[in-house]
Amino acid sequence: MAGILVGQISRLQYSLNRTWPWWSGGVVALVVIMALTIAPLVSMLVEAGTIDWKTALSDTYTQRVVWFSLYQALLSTLLSLGCAIPVALALAHSPSFHGRRFLVTLFSLSLVIPTIVAIYGIVAVYGRTGWLSRAREIIDLEPLSFYGLSGILIAHVFFNMPLATRVMLTSLESIPQSNWRLARQLGMSSLSIWRFIEWPVLRGQLAGLALLVFTLCFTSFAIVMTLGGGPRATTIEVAIYQSLRFDFDIPMAVTLACLQLGICLFLTLLSTLFKTDSDIGFENVTELTKNTASSSLLINTALWDSRWQKLASLMFITAASLFVIAPLMALLISSVNSSTLSVITDSTTLRAIANTCIAALFSAVFAIGLALGLLVSARHLRIRLQYSRSGQWLQLAGNMILIIPPVVLGTGLFLLLRPYADVFSIALLLVIVINSLMALPFVLRIMDAPMMRTAEQHDKLIRSLGVQGFSRWRHIDWPQLRKPIALATAFAATLSAGDLGAIALFGSERVTTLPLLLYQRMGSYRMEEAAVTAGLLLLLCLTLFIVLQRLIGGKNRVVIT
Amino acid sequence: MIMTVLRNWLSPLKYQGLRHSLQGLTLAIAASFSLGTHAEDNVLTVYTYESFTAEWGPGPAIKEGFEKQCGNCTIDFVALDSSAGILNRVQLEGENTRADVVLGLDTNLMAIAEDTGLLAPSGVNTSALQLPIDWESDTFVPFDYGYFAFVYDTEALASAPKSFEALINAPENVKIIIQDPRTSTPGLGLLLWMKAVYGDEAAEKWAALQPRILTVTKGWSEAYFSLFLNGEAPMVLSYSTSPGYHMEIDKTDRYQAAAFEEGHYLQVEVAALLESSPKKALGQQFLNYLIDREAQLSIPLGNVMFPVIDLENSLPPSFSKLIEPASTLLIPAEEIRDNRKQWIDEWLESSSAR
Repeated sequence: MAGILVGQISRLQYSLNRTWPWWSGGVVALVVIMALTIAPLVSMLVEAGTIDWKTALSDTYTQRVVWFSLYQALLSTLLSLGCAIPVALALAHSPSFHGRRFLVTLFSLSLVIPTIVAIYGIVAVYGRTGWLSRAREIIDLEPLSFYGLSGILIAHVFFNMPLATRVMLTSLESIPQSNWRLARQLGMSSLSIWRFIEWPVLRGQLAGLALLVFTLCFTSFAIVMTLGGGPRATTIEVAIYQSLRFDFDIPMAVTLACLQLGICLFLTLLSTLFKTDSDIGFENVTELTKNTASSSLLINTALWDSRWQKLASLMFITAASLFVIAPLMALLISSVNSSTLSVITDSTTLRAIANTCIAALFSAVFAIGLALGLLVSARHLRIRLQYSRSGQWLQLAGNMILIIPPVVLGTGLFLLLRPYADVFSIALLLVIVINSLMALPFVLRIMDAPMMRTAEQHDKLIRSLGVQGFSRWRHIDWPQLRKPIALATAFAATLSAGDLGAIALFGSERVTTLPLLLYQRMGSYRMEEAAVTAGLLLLLCLTLFIVLQRLIGGKNRVVIT
Repeated sequence: MIMTVLRNWLSPLKYQGLRHSLQGLTLAIAASFSLGTHAEDNVLTVYTYESFTAEWGPGPAIKEGFEKQCGNCTIDFVALDSSAGILNRVQLEGENTRADVVLGLDTNLMAIAEDTGLLAPSGVNTSALQLPIDWESDTFVPFDYGYFAFVYDTEALASAPKSFEALINAPENVKIIIQDPRTSTPGLGLLLWMKAVYGDEAAEKWAALQPRILTVTKGWSEAYFSLFLNGEAPMVLSYSTSPGYHMEIDKTDRYQAAAFEEGHYLQVEVAALLESSPKKALGQQFLNYLIDREAQLSIPLGNVMFPVIDLENSLPPSFSKLIEPASTLLIPAEEIRDNRKQWIDEWLESSSAR
């Protein structure tokens, strides 16, 4: 018995240590990604072949939906960037106040906080029974009408203003010292500094940033579904969901999905024009630890010393902090209420928590697996074979989901699988597939540089020692990749745990996750239960984020503080 | 690694749900290979809407009564989030649905539902039922009926509009909450009510009605319970029977239905068997029970609708105080089938206009 076991183990070790062809990982990952994206897409396009496009496109509702999607995205972009510029300047001009670091970290956290959780917070502040409406009632004003375009805009600014601020602040802080020295020597006024130093730097970022924010708002799902959703305020993404889940109108869903696909493809192509900026949003998450209170700016405070300038900075910073902190505070405060205990012990909630964890962990593992497969082959191509271009192309395959929005992919998967299975019973599986593909671009971003670095640094040594296969992984890659993998896993899991898109499409009373439960509870206006659910989801995401990093990355460092 | 994470992190919590979900996942993967799995033989799966299965709804009593009658069987009510959603759901699931019975479609959706080919003849004798219309369908078993009406809060609104015209021209403070015709049968009911009253002018009238609409909800429950009863709006689209519940259970006359001069639109709620169900005999037995006196007794105050048989003295006395529709409106199911998409598009169009 023991002998067999030892034999098995040595065989296993042998097979692990033998050289796998360098391309195997990449090919497997590529095939999986392509199968999961192209097959649904094809089944959708086959369906699209039966559509009479002329009538479909002349449909007034379709036109309005497309128009509204673009219109709200444009407004959201203008507002987010418009607010971000003064806030970024104010932060750059006041490099050393109390709580600055906390605030800047908070600005990055809005990328990790599940959208639906933040939406709850926003509703708790601006909704009909929210703080602001109650405050208005005291001074005898009508409660705000919040649902519809205004709600969508507030939520989009909530998510994108901090993101844009972070990016702008980073570039303002990277202005070389020599420029400032010059400004001081010339005695430049703050207006000339803006014109000749700050604005040129920001302008370089603006186009790419605007496109990023526009794309995010254009494909926004949870926000529009929760705060808009009525026929007056529906984006393509939500309309696809509605035509599938409300109407069972497959031709309509496919029409809209094709339109969405076309526009996203266009936006992606456009973004390659500003390719240095295409992943700015993400840099901020990976660099959560970076201390942004830049010392270089400290000596410049004298440049903005006048009283009104300080006052203006103070005003902008206070306003932005209130805007970002208030919903989070509202959430934290309201999540402890009379129904807390009953919600936490409710079997629906418990099952949703379990489903959320499963979806999150499996999505993360799946995404990491795909990313490792792609990267192992890509680095062989890039470093050993010197085919740098094709290596990068291989990695780009992981970004498929950026062109195909999750709801579109879901529609395709639905059409593909419906003849063979009851899609609602395999909801969790589909959620895992879609969420892991959603996380893949981020995972690749985090792991790319470290993967290449270990190979670049040790390639000669590896070759001369003949270390390969599992040993190479264990002795050379793992120690160096542990932290990036931990961060990538944590990020993928958090992203998946907070996602509403895939589960909204495939979820039902049989399979719910916390985001879906939260959406349903908000949708039926059970606000107390919703508050507790939102609190739970936030807690779960933070726990996943910290615990996964600690377990995989080792005890020393948790990237968040 | 991940399994260790899972185990270490969750085991102290003695997490039952996790094991369930893990099993669920395995089952789900298995199910994707072995198709169309149905639950055990004695479990009847019934898709219905939320308020039917609620504690105070007729669901619990009907489940208990039927399970007692059939001996060794179980009713599994699956509460979907809206009534029209029941049809969408079986359409989405197609042949692989695990539903044996759908309960909560209505006269308006009958032809559309029948056209999907997913339903089977009921084999239930409906000739003795007392309905405001003649019943001819072999597929659908009617289990209650009512008239759509706007219910208003007399404390917020001294007098309610007496017609659609008056509602459209009502002062600013008269706001209504309605339901989405794509997801909710009352929502579709209002769409057809307007159509029956205004015909080709319905789209214009919808556009004119927009300023009166506070919000459009997905289902009736949210509109009635979460918003209207919490005072978010003075009027809500519901049924002429709704005040009966408040009079009987809450002992209050506060909520009243507004009688409209144009007449009221009739809704008959129906149940049907699924063609794909392997338990049609049990399903048929359930449908027969649904129109039995015992089950019908829980309709007036459970579902707050009129029963389909004469309950004589058992009908709550307040039901005689309800408004009498000036005329009964009903568009033939076939006409709805042929025009629903167009009418809904029309509605979407006039509701998305700014």
